[in-house]
Amino acid sequence: MLKYTEDHEWLRAEGDEIVVGITPHASEQLGDVVFIELPEVGREVEAGEEIVVIESVKAASDIAAPIAGVITAVNEALADAPGDVNEDALAAWFFRIKPAEGVTLDGFMDEAAYQALIG
Amino acid sequence: MTELRRTPLYDLHIELGARMVPYAGWEMPVQYPLGVLGEHQHTRAAAGLFDVSHMGQLILRGPGVAEALERLVPADIVGLAPGRQRYGLFTNDRGGIVDDLMIANKGDHLLLVVNAACADKDIAHLAAHGLHPEVVGDRALLALQGPAAESALASLVAGVAEMRFMDVADLEWDGARLWVSRSGYTGEDGFEISLREDRAVDFARALLALDEVAPVGLGARDSLRLEAGLPLYGNDMGEDVTPAQAGVGFAIPKARRAGGVRAGGFPGADVILPELGAAAHSRRGVMPEGRAPIREGVAIFAGAEGGEPLGHVTSGGFGPSVGGPVAMATLPSGIPDGAVLYAELRGKRQKLRVVPMPFVKTTYKR
Repeated sequence: MLKYTEDHEWLRAEGDEIVVGITPHASEQLGDVVFIELPEVGREVEAGEEIVVIESVKAASDIAAPIAGVITAVNEALADAPGDVNEDALAAWFFRIKPAEGVTLDGFMDEAAYQALIG
Repeated sequence: MTELRRTPLYDLHIELGARMVPYAGWEMPVQYPLGVLGEHQHTRAAAGLFDVSHMGQLILRGPGVAEALERLVPADIVGLAPGRQRYGLFTNDRGGIVDDLMIANKGDHLLLVVNAACADKDIAHLAAHGLHPEVVGDRALLALQGPAAESALASLVAGVAEMRFMDVADLEWDGARLWVSRSGYTGEDGFEISLREDRAVDFARALLALDEVAPVGLGARDSLRLEAGLPLYGNDMGEDVTPAQAGVGFAIPKARRAGGVRAGGFPGADVILPELGAAAHSRRGVMPEGRAPIREGVAIFAGAEGGEPLGHVTSGGFGPSVGGPVAMATLPSGIPDGAVLYAELRGKRQKLRVVPMPFVKTTYKR
């Protein structure tokens, strides 16, 4: 089951890791994505730290780490095909993060709450 | 904040699913459901229809009006034949650019098309020099651009195919009088068409009914003009940027330059004319390595580390037809094409190459 942040990221728990991407709503608002810069694997990040740059035809935006933890993998395919985010935002994951000790996804929005947010 | 103005095509934009944004005091379509990349590619492959009704359309008439306008614009307007159009600049006393504009000789009057954001100041500028234009307030302005623009427009309007680049003509569509020019802002062949606002929606629908025509918003208008190497007022030129610095010295013909038959005689001539071909810095094309776009304001350096900025990006983004990022930057003279420089993006220096513009081949029907 997906959880959502107020910054329009989706979070999916897989084993002891969290997979992170941006929502279809966010990708639609951004417009055609032309460049994505992903963090380095192994990087330790704080919640709220800006770790991804997304450039669309319109502007640059930053994506923050939703939780504290260590980046365990990034979706290298997005470097050559950033438009995948527009094609299918739920499939085009950005990075996997192993949560720091004691960090949970409690408190993030569920589908209904996120839909209410974007109206 | 004053209320945003709407063009006669506003309801049609909404119906077509446009995303509307504020632009120069107007509510304009930035993109349609096709998206900026798709609209850009469609314009290069077939024909894009743009609503540019926000632009100012001004009429100057009366004896001696060409001579009078030459006192504000360093162009050859006296020598502009009826049925022809020219690109020109309003200049200020400091040698800066007040606006860039198109000037058409319509026989018994001149038609000026000016930037939306500058229209009010242009009118005041003209008035301050004794010229009082009629402001055309009841006509929409559309642009049809791309390799299929001629065939598309010709299927509706007689007399189009005979026109060449920068010709202007009054043509007829379904009883409506069209002011047509063969020009545009995309690097493609195409037309700009002014018509009464009460016929604009019908005319736009007739064009959109053709398979080769799709609506295109401001987003793709910007990427198209950027690839074509065309400067944007407010980004690549402004009140403190001279024609030589903006790379638009070509707009000043021999007749208005030192030694010409009507040399000088316009605001800032003492600054502008000696600087032509000798500017300390000017607008150049640059192509960053990799895929990250560099945008307005990004500083450019000579080396990968340290040093003072050489200049900065004035316009930049992703070039869909180029398939990578492209930008215009103000750089010191003497840097050759092919030179490798560095843009500082998010604290990191990124390699770029100075290149000649345009970034794509233009296809004007000269």
